[in-house]
Order: sequence, then C-alpha cells, then structure tokens
Amino acid sequence: MSTMSPATKPYEDMQLAFEAERRKTKTRNFIKGILFLLPSIILFSVFLFYPMMKTVYLSFFLTDASGATTVFVGLQNYIQLFTSSIFLKSFKSTFLFVLYIVPATIIISLFLAVLANEKLKGVGIFRTIFSSTMGISVAAASVFWLYLFNPTMGLLNEILGFLGMEGIGWLTDPAWALVAVSITTIWMNIGFTFLILLGGLQSIDQSLYESANIDGAGYFYKLRRITVPMLSPTLFFVLTVTIINAFQTFGQIDILTQGGPQNETNLIVYSIYREAFVNYQFGAASAQAVILFILILLMTALQFKFGEKKVHYQ
Amino acid sequence: MTMPLGQKITFYVLLIVSALLIFAPTLMAFVMSFMSNKDILTGSMPTSLTLDNYRQAFSTFPLMQYLINSVVVSVLIMLGQLVLSSLAAYAFVFLEFKGRDILFYIFIATMMVPFEASVIPNFHIIRDLGWIDSYAGLTVPFFAMAFGTFLLRQNFKTIPKELREASLIAGMGDFKFYLTVVMPVAKTSLVTLGVYGFLTSWNMYLWPLLATTNDNVRTVQIGLKQMQTQEQLNQWGVIMAGAVIVIIPTLLLLFLGQKKLQKGLTEGALK
Repeated sequence: MSTMSPATKPYEDMQLAFEAERRKTKTRNFIKGILFLLPSIILFSVFLFYPMMKTVYLSFFLTDASGATTVFVGLQNYIQLFTSSIFLKSFKSTFLFVLYIVPATIIISLFLAVLANEKLKGVGIFRTIFSSTMGISVAAASVFWLYLFNPTMGLLNEILGFLGMEGIGWLTDPAWALVAVSITTIWMNIGFTFLILLGGLQSIDQSLYESANIDGAGYFYKLRRITVPMLSPTLFFVLTVTIINAFQTFGQIDILTQGGPQNETNLIVYSIYREAFVNYQFGAASAQAVILFILILLMTALQFKFGEKKVHYQ
Repeated sequence: MTMPLGQKITFYVLLIVSALLIFAPTLMAFVMSFMSNKDILTGSMPTSLTLDNYRQAFSTFPLMQYLINSVVVSVLIMLGQLVLSSLAAYAFVFLEFKGRDILFYIFIATMMVPFEASVIPNFHIIRDLGWIDSYAGLTVPFFAMAFGTFLLRQNFKTIPKELREASLIAGMGDFKFYLTVVMPVAKTSLVTLGVYGFLTSWNMYLWPLLATTNDNVRTVQIGLKQMQTQEQLNQWGVIMAGAVIVIIPTLLLLFLGQKKLQKGLTEGALK
C-alpha cells in the first residue's frame, strides 16, 4: 500500500466513498423493505408461528384448566391418542368423511361446470345459482339442513314417507349421522368447487374442440379426451383444497350433531375443540392439533409439488 | 356454432333440474321465513305470507347487535388484510434487499399452517391480552394474509418498474409511490381481495365462537347458533328468518362480484 502512487490515491478514496455509499443504500433498502413487511411479520409471528410452536410444546405436557403446563409427559399424550378408542374413532370418522365428500363434491361440481360452460342463452343465471352455496355460511347452511334432516317434519323424511319408505334418524342414527353431515358439507362445497372448475373449463383452448369437431368427434369423446385431461391441473387443485377443507370441518358438526351420536361425527377439529375447551385437556388437544397440522402439511406439500408442474401438459 | 335442438333441450332440462336441487334448501329457508308457524308445523304449503318471523327474530334476539358486530368485524378484517397484504406485496415486487427471498418463502410457509391447529395458543394469547369479547380479539389475528399478498404481488408485477424509478427521481418516496400510484392502479385486485376477505370474515365460525362470551361483540353466525339452541319450541320460521338475514349480504356480494371473484380465485389458485 505504501508504494501507491499519489495519482491513484484520490481514485481509491472515491471508490471507498462509493463503496460506503452503496453499503448505506443497501442498509437503507433493507430497513425500508422490512418496514413494509413489518406489520405482516409481527402478526404472523404472534398469531401463527409462535402458536404453532406452542402447540407442539404443549403436546408434551399436561396442563391445568387455564392452559399452564404442569407435568412433562413426553410422548405420553400421543401414545394415549393412538390407544384411546375415542380418538381412533375420530381418526376413522375423519377419513371416512373425506372419502364421502371429496369424490362426490368433485363429480357433482364437474357435472355442473360442464353444463354451465355451454354457450346457451341464460346460462349466467344457472352459474349464479350453482355458485350460490359459496355465499352461504356454515351456520346458515347447517340450520337449513338441520330442518331438512328433522325426523318428524323435515323435508327428507317426508319425501321418504311419500315414496312409502320409513323415515331415517339422519342425525341420531349412528349409521346415518356421518352421511348426513357429509351431504351438508358436499352441498356447501359445491359453490366454490363449481366456480373454480368453471374457470378451468373456460381457460381451455377452444381450438382443440374445433379441430375435434372437424374430425367429427362426439360430445362424450371430447369430454373424455379433451376436457378432463386439459382440466387436470384444476381438478388436482380442487382435490387438495377439498381434502384440506374436509380436515378442517367444524361448524357443521357443532350445529348438527355435536360430535354424536356415539362419537360417530367427532371429526378431528371438533375433537380438538372438545378436548381443549370443554374438557380443558390442552395437552391432549395439542397432540391432536399437531397431527392435524401434519396431515394438512402433507396435503399442501403434495399440492405444491405436483400442482406446480401441472398434472397434464400438452 | 349452433347446437342441435335435441341437445339444447337436454342441456336446459339438466340445467333446470340441477338448479332446482342446488337451490332447494336456500329457497325453502326463504319461503319458510315468511310462513306462519302453524303452516310449518302441519307441513302444509304456505297459506299466507307474514313478516312476523322477522319481527320476532329482531325483538326476541339482539339480532341488530349481532349484525352490527359482524359488519364491524368483517370490515376491520377486510381493511387490515388490504393494508398489510398490499404493503407486503409492494416490498416483494418493488424493493430489493437482503433476505427478501427467504422472507418470501416464510410467507409461503404460513399457508401450510391451518388456523385450527394453532387455535389453542391463539385463544390463550387473546385471553392474556384481555382481548376476549373485543373487536381486536376477533379481527387482529387475521390481518396478515399470505394469499392476499400473493394475489396483489401478481397484480403489482404488471406495473412497470421504470415508473417507480421515474417517481424516485422526481423526489417521490416509496411510501408515496405506493399510496398514490400503485394502489390506484391495482384497484380491481384490491376490490376482489376485499370482497373475498369480507365474505370469509362474515362467515367465520370457530374463532368467534371461542373469542366471544356475550352478545355485545358476538357475530351474527354465532348469534344464529344461539337462536337455534335457545329456540326450543320449534320456531323454525324465526330461525329461518335469522338465517336469511345472515346470508343476504354475502349472497348479494357474491352475485354482484361473481365474475371478478371467479377470475381472482382462479388466478390465485393456479399461478
């Protein structure tokens, strides 16, 4: 450094000053960026990341009624869950519920979307009606169906009676309660699923149909060979979203069955709610919440992995 | 392309039958809300229409208070989400700084955490803050929203970066640029997100159930549950009147903004 010629010195200084200025700008940019993000970061930390970690933490403890930890029990809460008949039943019911509602929701919504995608006069009214259940809250929908399922004056049993069949204890018969809750949920899901699928149908390149028409392809051939394959990314999205929503079901259960009869409809979120806010077993409830988290994480990961690539690409 | 008449008729028949089936529960509730209790209990068709159920719903239950609470809560959440999402989206699109990409992944990660799984500590936080039975407790936890940030980010990306550079040279700060240029340009997306936020907040169930214990802040969804559990004497007309009042705002919003909402949701879902 000492051999530096005097001529380069000012240049060097300038570069140093420039460098310092750049660092200052960098710091300023960083502060500015963080400031714009700060409100979101704070709220995510307080109401999302911290609670999630706290849930995992609580799942290793017993707690008192206020939620303070009392005894560290390690994996005991989890072991108990997987040996308790009530939780195993809740687990089974949740999966059965997913099985009942996911295929039915998608098939019915796809049918409606295909119908409503035809260029017919007045089709807009039908689109509005098909999507209407999206605007109906879980509380209102449950109240509607609570009446429909009513054993003595509900419309469903009246129809059954009219057909000469015996009435069903929709919400009180252990064999039917989960079915009844599923019907309600499918109906509620149709609006959103229909809208998304209709959007998917409308984004399919029309020239595919035109060239199929030239080849003289029939309606169902086009449906099977063009519509469904081209729609597969949307179908996949709808599939994962419906499964995730099914895992998170709560309101219908709270109004229609309160988890009964005989815990048949005690789906996982309702089970968490009951364990935590009725029985004050926050540790055991947290262990269930962790399992719910893992289930949904798996679904989301699946969606990101395959959804990104688009299932079908032509 | 014209369709053969036979096919057209088939489509219309299928459309009408499906529409009747899908709309039947809603239509039934609507009709029942105007029926006398006698007609409902005897299972007959309505012999007369009356507003008694609505009158009774408002007089026996604090329905007005529930409605006001729901409007306040939904509007607060909607505004909170719009402000926070747009600020965050602005940072992700226009600002370059160290750690931005990591923060972006953290935002994505938040979408993997279901609220139901973290509801227990959330309840304790609200309780410890003294926010049970307050608008703050009902709204603040939902202000930060990854989906909204992504939706707006997509939209902000279409604004040319040169516009910002020009504004900065003209002496406009980032915040002023965000407020006076970006926000007006992104108006359509903001409306879509706002409608979506309002709809979801209005229909929220689990959290208002936990975070409220009295009628002063209780939202209309929980109010409806109260009506249904307290109304032991099969006053179905009154309950349906309550349910109709609950769904009218969201149905109206949905009908008015259906096209936009569909576009917005599809974009958010598939990009």
